[in-house]
Amino acid sequence: MTVDARGMTFGEINERLRTADEATVENCLGQRFIACGMGGKKITVNGTPGNALGAYLDGAEITVYGNAQDAVGDTMNDGRIIIHGSTGDATGYAMRGGEIYVRDSAGYRAGIHMKAYKEKLPVMVIGGSCGSFAGEYQAGGIIIVLGRRINVPIIGNFCGTGMHGGRIYLCCDEIGVHLPRQVKVRPAEKEDMEFISGYIKNYCMFFSDDYGEIARRHFFVLEPDSENPYKQLYVLN
Amino acid sequence: MPINFIYPEFEIVRDESQCIRCRACERQCANEVHGYDSERNAMESDELKCVNCHRCVLLCPTRALKIIRTDHTFRENANWNEDAIKEIYMQAGSGGVLLSSMGNPKNYPVYWDKILINASQVTNPPIDPLREPMETKTFLGKKPEKIGRSDDGTLKVNTSPQLELELPVMFSAMSYGSISYNAHESMARAAQSLGTYYNTGEGGLHEDFYKYGKNTIVQVASGRFGVYLDYLNAGAAIEIKMGQGAKPGIGGHLPGAKIVGDIAKTRMIPEGSDAISPAPHHDIYSIEDLRQLVYSLKEATQNKKPVIVKVAAVHNIAAIASGIARSGADIIAIDGFRGGTGAAPTRIRDNVGIPIELALASVDTRLRDEGIRSSVSLVAGGSIRNSADVVKAIALGADAVYIATGAMLALGCHLCRNCQSGKCNWGIATQRPDLVKRLNPELGHQRLINLLNAWKHEIKEMMGGMGINSIEALKGNRLMLRGVGLNEKELEILGIMHAGD
Repeated sequence: MTVDARGMTFGEINERLRTADEATVENCLGQRFIACGMGGKKITVNGTPGNALGAYLDGAEITVYGNAQDAVGDTMNDGRIIIHGSTGDATGYAMRGGEIYVRDSAGYRAGIHMKAYKEKLPVMVIGGSCGSFAGEYQAGGIIIVLGRRINVPIIGNFCGTGMHGGRIYLCCDEIGVHLPRQVKVRPAEKEDMEFISGYIKNYCMFFSDDYGEIARRHFFVLEPDSENPYKQLYVLN
Repeated sequence: MPINFIYPEFEIVRDESQCIRCRACERQCANEVHGYDSERNAMESDELKCVNCHRCVLLCPTRALKIIRTDHTFRENANWNEDAIKEIYMQAGSGGVLLSSMGNPKNYPVYWDKILINASQVTNPPIDPLREPMETKTFLGKKPEKIGRSDDGTLKVNTSPQLELELPVMFSAMSYGSISYNAHESMARAAQSLGTYYNTGEGGLHEDFYKYGKNTIVQVASGRFGVYLDYLNAGAAIEIKMGQGAKPGIGGHLPGAKIVGDIAKTRMIPEGSDAISPAPHHDIYSIEDLRQLVYSLKEATQNKKPVIVKVAAVHNIAAIASGIARSGADIIAIDGFRGGTGAAPTRIRDNVGIPIELALASVDTRLRDEGIRSSVSLVAGGSIRNSADVVKAIALGADAVYIATGAMLALGCHLCRNCQSGKCNWGIATQRPDLVKRLNPELGHQRLINLLNAWKHEIKEMMGGMGINSIEALKGNRLMLRGVGLNEKELEILGIMHAGD
């Protein structure tokens, strides 16, 4: 099914998407909440979807040919979002499962409050760089930043502030910014790379990048320094 | 260090002539206050550990126990009172932020107690609720601006989704984790039986309680714990928690030690992981951003459920509520500074926020002035203690109220204010199986039903006395209220006259 989004509201677009197993949205121009909460279908978006693309996504696969805006995959539970371009702020806010692949860069607060639960392991692969506050309050899951084709630092400030679970992988020779005290950093080892190789291969497959070249490069692993960063703060009154 | 010793606040008085050394007190006290010395065949008590929750007193078969406040005193001083001195010692000894629970205990004015309700005399006769029909039903949600008719004359029905309440009282948000499974079950069953709603708080919805979904409000907070499509669809309404009266501007932090078993499962996070709800939603920095979350939730649930936005009563509450009303929210819940909590920094609880009475009146006035009052319903919480408070809140402009501390008291809470310890002897604010089972949901839910049925009857009597026969006619009817001992500014904000005026 093809949905011509020209002149349509998000409600009208979603109403049509709900009836199809596979659909292409043409001429998308800023309509929000596309595929919100959807599962069991494949959706292609040509154009620029608005904020909260695939919020609460529950198993659907969304491919966007263009840039996406803020809150892509907000509180996503399952499924896959592939962005052939960049995303705005708060990409993958509190996502609990599923995968987000961004060819280029993500804005501020990417992967903030990402979680993991039982078999659910959310994964976000950002091809370029992330803005400040990436992985803030991260409680689980994996954020991989590849640093492809960028001329800015791979992450901004305050990466992983309040982090208490999960991992962030950064592909770079030096991190270059100060990391907060909750985060400990170490070079990636063989097992780390084996763990994420499948996701990097996916990235290279979606965006026609060179896996061999990326795999040879140096990665850092960021992990929480303690599982309970705020533990000692209180005295019972 | 000797300065760190703080003399126990309570003394346990054990009548040795009554005590039969049955050791029930010892078994009942999770704080391990009571002990038995077999050599002396005598009970002992460690009063340092006593929180005055009355569990032992009520369970003592011979009534041999009572708890009294100690008469040990600091040198009296109106400025440096006992709490102020003790808190200095505690912080100097530990370097920690003071953590408390339940609502603001300080001596701020309780405006409910300075507002009086009218009654009819001679003209406009009172109505006897035993004889005449009285309507306590109320609907929460956006109301249509005007009535439209189709060409054939039939009414066009395009009302937004509504919550239907048999009485204007709901159980406020308390998460599974902050309170026990049995406490949640008691509220869920009571809400179903009473025709009202309870609220999951931000801890997710236990799989056993999906069956009470029609009477459940599911909450979405900054940590998004347990939030996924089935959860959103399970409830009758979705509440976005922006703030809480006990700790405005502060997030929540359930330590990993409490994230075990079903708590972890319901929150959908691994066991032992801290559950941190940051103070802000990191995707909300404006009314436009709030609107985005409101609409994403509506879109995810196909516009079938009203969306509530809950905020703490703070200084600019009228302007904030006006913004929320324009964000697409169907209901605004305002939580006053006396609202309870399972844990909050003492300083925040005791010093931040404003009384619900003033906040409610000023929000209702503002929304009326702006002509948008009917686009949202208002729910007031943050210490509604009885049916008279409910009546006053509705007359000040609320559509309904939230109760939580009152509901916990009905389940056995004795307001010892130690929820943060996780050792609640009444099986409420604890996850210890041996303590949780002390709260029997069969009895608990019946007690909640009793409480609200009694309130319902009292509400009818008070309304009848005013010659009013429906909640709808009481709503915002401030002529039914008079203030006592209030200054002109307070009366102006409350929008009521002084008694005698």
